[in-house]
Amino acid sequence: MATTPYYQFKPYNVGRWLLWTLYALLLIAAPLMFKSSLALTMLSQAGYLVIICLSYNILLGQGGMLSFGHAVYAGLGSFLAVHAMNLAGKGTFYIPLSLIPLVGGLSGLFFAVLFGYVTTKKAGTTFAMITLGVGELVFAMSLMFPEFFGGEGGITTNRAYGKPVFGISFGPQIQVYYLIAVYCFICTAAMFAFTRTPLGRILNAVRDNPERVEFIGYNTQRVRYYAFIIAGFFAGIGGGLAAINSEIVTAEVVSGVRSGSLLLFTFLGGATFFFGPIIGAGLLVVALILLSELSMAWLLYVGLIFLFMVMYAPGGIASLIMMNLRVAAFGKLRELWVGYLGLAVTAFTALTGAAAMVEMVYHLQLNAALGPELGFMGVRLNATNLNSWLGAGFVLATGLGLFELTRRQFLTQWSEVQDDIEKEIKRRELL
Amino acid sequence: MNLESFTIAMLNGLSYGLLLFMLSSGLTLIFSMMGVLNFAHASFYMVGAYIAYSTSQVIGFWWSLLVAPLLVFAMGAAFERFCLRKVHKFGHVPELLVTFGLSYLLLELVQLVWGRSAVNYVLPEGLQGPLFTVFGTNFPKSRAFIMFISLAMLAGIWLLLTRTRIGLVIQAALTHPETVEALGHNVPRVFMLVFGGGAALAGLAGVIGGNTFITEPAMAGSVGAIIFVVVVVGGMGSLSGAFLASLLIGLIQTFAVALDQSLMSLLAHFNYRVTPETFGYPLLKLTISQVAPILPFLFLVLILIFRPKGLLGTREG
Repeated sequence: MATTPYYQFKPYNVGRWLLWTLYALLLIAAPLMFKSSLALTMLSQAGYLVIICLSYNILLGQGGMLSFGHAVYAGLGSFLAVHAMNLAGKGTFYIPLSLIPLVGGLSGLFFAVLFGYVTTKKAGTTFAMITLGVGELVFAMSLMFPEFFGGEGGITTNRAYGKPVFGISFGPQIQVYYLIAVYCFICTAAMFAFTRTPLGRILNAVRDNPERVEFIGYNTQRVRYYAFIIAGFFAGIGGGLAAINSEIVTAEVVSGVRSGSLLLFTFLGGATFFFGPIIGAGLLVVALILLSELSMAWLLYVGLIFLFMVMYAPGGIASLIMMNLRVAAFGKLRELWVGYLGLAVTAFTALTGAAAMVEMVYHLQLNAALGPELGFMGVRLNATNLNSWLGAGFVLATGLGLFELTRRQFLTQWSEVQDDIEKEIKRRELL
Repeated sequence: MNLESFTIAMLNGLSYGLLLFMLSSGLTLIFSMMGVLNFAHASFYMVGAYIAYSTSQVIGFWWSLLVAPLLVFAMGAAFERFCLRKVHKFGHVPELLVTFGLSYLLLELVQLVWGRSAVNYVLPEGLQGPLFTVFGTNFPKSRAFIMFISLAMLAGIWLLLTRTRIGLVIQAALTHPETVEALGHNVPRVFMLVFGGGAALAGLAGVIGGNTFITEPAMAGSVGAIIFVVVVVGGMGSLSGAFLASLLIGLIQTFAVALDQSLMSLLAHFNYRVTPETFGYPLLKLTISQVAPILPFLFLVLILIFRPKGLLGTREG
């Protein structure tokens, strides 16, 4: 193994301080830069989804545990948080709103202790199926106990219950955003710190080679169980924040669909790096709010991207960024940018053609009453006209053909650059 | 519960259980052969039903019974060849992820082609109406047909696996893929055939399940989780375990729906009256038919606590 080529100032790791300060500044400054209420909603959602996705990555990325039921812990956290808020609002007991996420966290922890005992008995594929089963169990139960889960309508609450402290009533969205931001920062830091603890390290070992871990005297089942509990705790905090943010919790938050989208976007963001899920959470918000407005077929696009990501870039977007950072660190990015440009242009052409066809089919399916015409990227398409189909097909075929050509070109170029970098690393080692 | 409703519930439960077995047998075969848990297996069931719906309008139901599974076979084999094989080197979790992505994709494609609501996939004339009547309660022909097809399929699989050359190669490749490859068999192609075959079985279940029950985009999700329960309960990779577990879960679900008892009525037997003020009233008042949807999952949890390797499973882990 080559030594890592970054500078490490001792006793302080300046790079790390810089990154975390930037992260904090970003959280503080984001609502000042984007002032619209839509942006604020998106930022608030992104804040708690970052926590949930990062907690999911403790399982997926750090523990190699593919869970299909992570929304259960976030969702139950939401429910208990919402009940706590309602009780506090009625005056049964007093708990400040800023501590409600901890209620969510503790309930996430409690249910993770309870269900995790069964689920973490196994690893790998069986673990995945059991989490799916437990997820379905909780979701089916949520419809069975309308007293607790609120049935179809869900449970509503009012977050501005207590007396304002220092003028903060948590009524306005901006105050809620900063509450979420503070929790987001602390939880991100805590989860990063977790990766550096002995438990976090041995969890990585359990992921990579459980047999050896058993031989050096650890109980892999217990390691998985502890990690599962910690992930449940952080997911619950995220769920509590979600309840505060939207003031309504429906049974849908514990559903398998929600768990599935957590898995999808955490993976897309990148499970192999700590910061990957943060990107994933951002994408999730964009997909939920913007993409679903833009196109009926957004899940189809997301599914396709996911499939290609699993096949060609299993490290997600984060790994793509890190690979290019490495290339940039060796000053080779300049040689590649023409290739990138070519790839982007041809891929865009192919996607435009495919998307036009998909949109036409959807238009025929759902909006037939509006007539056969639809607008697509500034062009009028006629879904019943053969010319539109031939045009879209032609664009798709041309794009695909050119993309394949540039891809092959790029691949040789890329491997040349990687070879050069390997040689450079060897050369530096000899110095 | 009297005798005739018991008989009918028994028969319905058996036919539902056998349908579950048609699904879980393909899943088990794929899993024990390739170690891949095919998350999109129920999606192939759905695709089979939709394809049969379309083809039966052109060539009739009986030909679709043959054609639709073949088309699903081609889809499954193509998916194995072009997607699954690529991620095989990354390990089991990415394999599961790629099938998970496929389940999203198939659901969206089905909605793209056939729309978001249920389609009117009707039974052919020969299968409409009751087969026989027990004390005034009907047992439909279509359910009997499901039982017949799945038993025929069970016999077919058994003959294929134990009596034919390709079956013996498959069995050998289960345990010793390297040796089989060294003997000159094309193991990746065997994998492709097995994956396609498993998908085709799911498609066949869709052809006959789709018109007996309902053909809608949600059908994959509703049955998908159940067949995973079947596979875990039966024991991962055990075909006979899957058979036993399918029948058990089919019967449990059918009988539970028919039962109207609750803990409240049980306590009433002991002269303990439950009122809405009693502690735990929401739990006590639930009838067995209301908790029917969660019974398979409860069963799963209990099996995992008391017999982690499944009913007939051999491997731990």
